[in-house]
Amino acid sequence: MLRVEGVTQIFGGLTALEDVSFRVGKGAITGVIGPNGAGKTTLFNIITGLYTQTGGKVFLEEADISGFPPERLAPRGLVRTFQNIEMFHQMTVLENVLVGLHSRSRSGILSCLLKLPRQLAEERRMREEAHTWLEFCGIADLGGVEAGALPFGKCRLVEIARAMAVNPRILLMDEPAAGLNSRETADLELLIRKIRDMGVTVVLVEHDMELVMDICDAIVVLNLGKKLAEGTPRQIQENPDVIKAYLGEG
Amino acid sequence: MDLLPQLTQYAFSGLSTGAIYALIGLGFAIIYNSTGIINFAQGEFVMLGGVLTHFFLMVLKFPLVVSMAVAILVATAIGVAFERLTIRPLKRPTPLSMVIITIGGSIFIRGVAMLIWGKDTHSLPPFSGNEPLVIAGATVMPQHLWIFGLTLLVIAANKYFFYYTISGKAMRACSYNRTAASLVGIDVRRMVFLSFAISSAMGAMAGIIIAPLTMTAYDVGVMLGLKGFCAAIIGGMSSGFGTVLGGLLLGLLESLGAGLISSGYKDAIAFIILLLILFIRPQGLFSKAQTERV
Amino acid sequence: MKRDYLLFILFALLVYAVPTFFKGGYLLNVLVFMGINTMLAVALNLLLGFAGQISLGHASFFGLGAYCSGILTATYGFNPWLTMVIAAAGVGLLAFGLGFPILKLKGHYLAMATLGFGIIVYIVLNETVALTGGPSGLSGIPNLKIGTLLFDGDLKNYYLIWTFALVTMLLSINLAHSRIGRALRAIHDSEVASRVMGVNARLLKVQIFSLSAVISAVAGGLYAHTMSFISPASFGFNFSVELVTMVVIGGLGSIFGSFLGAALLTILPELLRVVQDYDIVVYGLLLIVMTMYMPKGLAGGVAACWRLLRSKKVKAVENAQG
Repeated sequence: MLRVEGVTQIFGGLTALEDVSFRVGKGAITGVIGPNGAGKTTLFNIITGLYTQTGGKVFLEEADISGFPPERLAPRGLVRTFQNIEMFHQMTVLENVLVGLHSRSRSGILSCLLKLPRQLAEERRMREEAHTWLEFCGIADLGGVEAGALPFGKCRLVEIARAMAVNPRILLMDEPAAGLNSRETADLELLIRKIRDMGVTVVLVEHDMELVMDICDAIVVLNLGKKLAEGTPRQIQENPDVIKAYLGEG
Repeated sequence: MDLLPQLTQYAFSGLSTGAIYALIGLGFAIIYNSTGIINFAQGEFVMLGGVLTHFFLMVLKFPLVVSMAVAILVATAIGVAFERLTIRPLKRPTPLSMVIITIGGSIFIRGVAMLIWGKDTHSLPPFSGNEPLVIAGATVMPQHLWIFGLTLLVIAANKYFFYYTISGKAMRACSYNRTAASLVGIDVRRMVFLSFAISSAMGAMAGIIIAPLTMTAYDVGVMLGLKGFCAAIIGGMSSGFGTVLGGLLLGLLESLGAGLISSGYKDAIAFIILLLILFIRPQGLFSKAQTERV
Repeated sequence: MKRDYLLFILFALLVYAVPTFFKGGYLLNVLVFMGINTMLAVALNLLLGFAGQISLGHASFFGLGAYCSGILTATYGFNPWLTMVIAAAGVGLLAFGLGFPILKLKGHYLAMATLGFGIIVYIVLNETVALTGGPSGLSGIPNLKIGTLLFDGDLKNYYLIWTFALVTMLLSINLAHSRIGRALRAIHDSEVASRVMGVNARLLKVQIFSLSAVISAVAGGLYAHTMSFISPASFGFNFSVELVTMVVIGGLGSIFGSFLGAALLTILPELLRVVQDYDIVVYGLLLIVMTMYMPKGLAGGVAACWRLLRSKKVKAVENAQG
């Protein structure tokens, strides 16, 4: 589904990622873990087009998407969420999700200005679909609330609903459980499984090991910008290198 | 007239206005580096310097040096008060709100100056007579020399402050990383306060030393401020050498352009350069590009 | 959403009813200016309030529209309606070309770049004397005409200008409630997230910048043809700042707010005429105070009062019920 090949990223003189390669299987949940500063978020930023990598390539279903800006990836079905939630905070929850439908709607500026019939019909369809995504994430009652006024846990859900509205084939989640309490985390786990069951491939960066081991089909471990290990949760748990990286030398 | 002396002439007047732009530009850069704000009111302190000195010297009949000192003090006090009253109370500052507030401040200060001192232009007497000197075939006003001397002095003092005093080093730390600076116990608010004090004082100084050449009035701050900003942009917003070079370069180009091409378009030159630099090399002419981190 | 359209209909009726109450020429004249300012403020609001991109050079698009229309009619004898179309198209193209490099910049840098562009245009208008008449201005611009109806009096101009202003407002309300309007506000709140959602932020910003410039140019044409005389002084940096003031005071992102801001800034100088020159001090203070204490502007203030009143009413009813 997604293939990362020899990706290297250098900031100034600092090597954030060095020759990282791995594959993400279709329809699976893949976890990317590693200690702080391992380069996980940098990797996400490269895959999702926010950074242009110094070297290496990224493929989405065999198509080379290296260096594509994010707005070209969304129509191809690659979407992400953010670690420190990038909400459109001055808009309502429903409007946030409607923005997710942007790449799947066509009306141009002119037909929006003039409110042409086609645009009206499209708008109606979009609103209906946005509601189904709110329901999917269990926040149907929040549609009219201004996003900036929501508690943190709900923001996560809005972000996921918004991402799902893009109709992704692959969804990258950057620390989705960060800042959630244990009940919210349990709900999140169910939601992620539900997303996977719809046939969406999920990649997540996460520090909550319990969640990762529980939910992931495969895990990639990064340490100091390099790939340290790759395998099933059980293999990773028993890998001596991984244990050493997490607990420190000696 | 031969071309060479003429060029020398342009060079002298260009470099002296350039020195003024450099001083104003440094003011922009110092505030920007310690707060991330472009202070659109910067030009008004230049105006205040000139107008206040005129007021103390010609109306209250203070001696020149005293007038200058008091004018700088008053302008600095206004700069600090401006920061206290408008920028510090802001809870969630965004670049947009900062632009609008400092523009508001600039209009307000200009308006009050107009109400107090009227719309007339005032001239200040040169610091040491009107007798032109002849250097390399070009006639040079002694005021030009004053400008060079005082600008050099201010830049040297600046350098000393930023590199050899605790407060100066703390301010540099703030400009690299404000959060880290506050973690090691630097009082960031005091640094912001200091940066406003220093840049209003420098702006006022620039306004005073150029006033004998160009006259002064309530509305001179707008153009001078913008040119100072151009200088800072050419220099990549550095609070050091880059901005000084940027100012001198801008002054030279303007003076040559006005002399050799057309004087009507003189003011346009600075803005064309500004746009070109922002479009092609937004990091300035003298610094390396930085990766923006998300 | 429905409330916006209801409000718009009421507002439009009010606008068309106004001349039956005020026959006086002076007041109508002020209201004509208010209409032009409303168009300009709404246009700038699309860029500043929706997309969150500042322009301190919008007076230049207004000026270019006015001069383009003015020169082609007064000097070359074109039909005024045709020249307004030419002016709008020309300014739109210019803004589109300028938009790509200029909107790559953010925040303070964008402010300075647009400001620089505005000043360059102002200087060119002043210096190309043969074409524009220079600082002393351009006169003899003909009035607009539909058939035999010549727009030469204050009353006729009032209806003409306000029809344009109302259409501008209606189209902008339409835009606000569409996918484009939402995408613009998304860019404002988080450009990165909007791009991840598939919004081509760069192109959209340029498009809205151009649209805003086109509306300003049309306003410029209307201004030139109703005034018959234009000079660069009306299109300088100060007017650009005044436009930003209107949008900020009225309320970023609110179409009716832009009207309120334009109305206030048109009336204020007339009211302050007794104490001449105080207006700029008041503008400065308004900008600072509004940004600090009322970031949603007059429109936000009105909405807050409305909510407060309603909640009090609800409480009163609840109390009465038991």
